[in-house]
Amino acid sequence: MSTKTQASLIVEKNWCKGCGICVAFCPKNVLEIKDGKVNIKDLESCIECGQCELRCPDFAIYLGGK
Amino acid sequence: MPSQLVKEYFRTENLPHIWCPGCGNGIVTRAIVKAIDNLGLNKDEICVVSGIGCSSRASGYLDFNTVHTTHGRALAFATGIKLAKPNLNVIVITGDGDASAIGGNHLIHAARRNIDITTIVFNNNTYGMTGGQYSPTTPTGDKGTTAPFGNIDTNFDLCELAKAAGATYVSRSTIFTTNMLIKQVENGIKNKGFSFIEALTTCPTYYGRKNRKGEAVDMMVYLKENAINIAAYDKLSEEQREGKFVVGEIYKSNRPEYTEEYQRIIDSFSKGV
Ligand SMILES: Cc1ncc(C[n+]2csc(CCOP(=O)(O)OP(=O)(O)O)c2C)c(N)n1
Ligand code: SF4
Ligand code: SF4
Ligand code: SF4
Repeated sequence: MSTKTQASLIVEKNWCKGCGICVAFCPKNVLEIKDGKVNIKDLESCIECGQCELRCPDFAIYLGGK
Repeated sequence: MPSQLVKEYFRTENLPHIWCPGCGNGIVTRAIVKAIDNLGLNKDEICVVSGIGCSSRASGYLDFNTVHTTHGRALAFATGIKLAKPNLNVIVITGDGDASAIGGNHLIHAARRNIDITTIVFNNNTYGMTGGQYSPTTPTGDKGTTAPFGNIDTNFDLCELAKAAGATYVSRSTIFTTNMLIKQVENGIKNKGFSFIEALTTCPTYYGRKNRKGEAVDMMVYLKENAINIAAYDKLSEEQREGKFVVGEIYKSNRPEYTEEYQRIIDSFSKGV
């Protein structure tokens, strides 16, 4: 059983501008753009590497903690 | 809700920021903040000074002492601030136009003085704010609104310029190699002297469109595929270097720092008083 929760990967949809950078460079294909904003399509596959957070120009996706 | 990092160091009431979708400025700004957080510096002992341009708007989003100055003059203001309060960590945020066109003279002399300021140039190869005119870093042949048939100038290598002018820490990274950029900002701040960090970033809206570079993601893929680490770059032949650029810590040296030298003169007069 996975212990992954939505709280480990957080999206601030109001700040997302739908640029697709996080989607393109996620190594596990966790994310997609839906209706012009980022959407978590496969949370189970997330390895919490933080690459999306490092490269999101709008601080709109991040891992819980800092 | 923003992340802890953003809550701690940004003026969240000013967010979301004004930058275009996919603009690299936010990535560089977050990297600077992350470096400051990693160093555990006191927020009140930091002063961020910026000039004018899209990139220079970063100071308005940051919760430190911040000064948003005039076009090209960030380093002149920063020099005054550092001399008045040498204990402050002074960080300059500037664009390629701000730093090397109108502000080019301030840049070479701040480097020559080796004044303890960390300068981070957001190099997007254009004047973003005013609509995509060519800048001193627009590659030869590329287009701008002021070079509709292609730029005939030779572009600056800003790191070589800063090194030749006297900077004691010189590095380059990209918005793709974000962890490298964070480390460089940390090391630049730690260096007691003039630190120059070139962050290669993107302006998808003007430079990207005008030069058919694709979307924000395509421009990042370009940075990913053509950046070569300095150790590997040194081993490449001239032909293999074609179209590539070097990233990493390019130059480090040690020589007297300006505010310390200035203080030494002051101290020499206060002896025995
Ligand atoms: C004295 C003066 N001259 C010209 C301008 C117009 N101007 C504003 S920003 C800018 C260039 C910005 O380019 P850059 O520094 O590369 O920053 P970017 O917007 O690309 O981040 C210019 C020419 C100005 N504001 N002040
Ligand atoms: S943390 Fe890593 S694996 Fe998870 S969504 Fe972000 S980039 Fe993908
Ligand atoms: S990188 Fe940030 S702004 Fe861009 S799509 Fe992902 S969450 Fe949205
Ligand atoms: S014009 Fe270019 S540099 Fe300015 S915010 Fe838009 S993408 Fe960024």
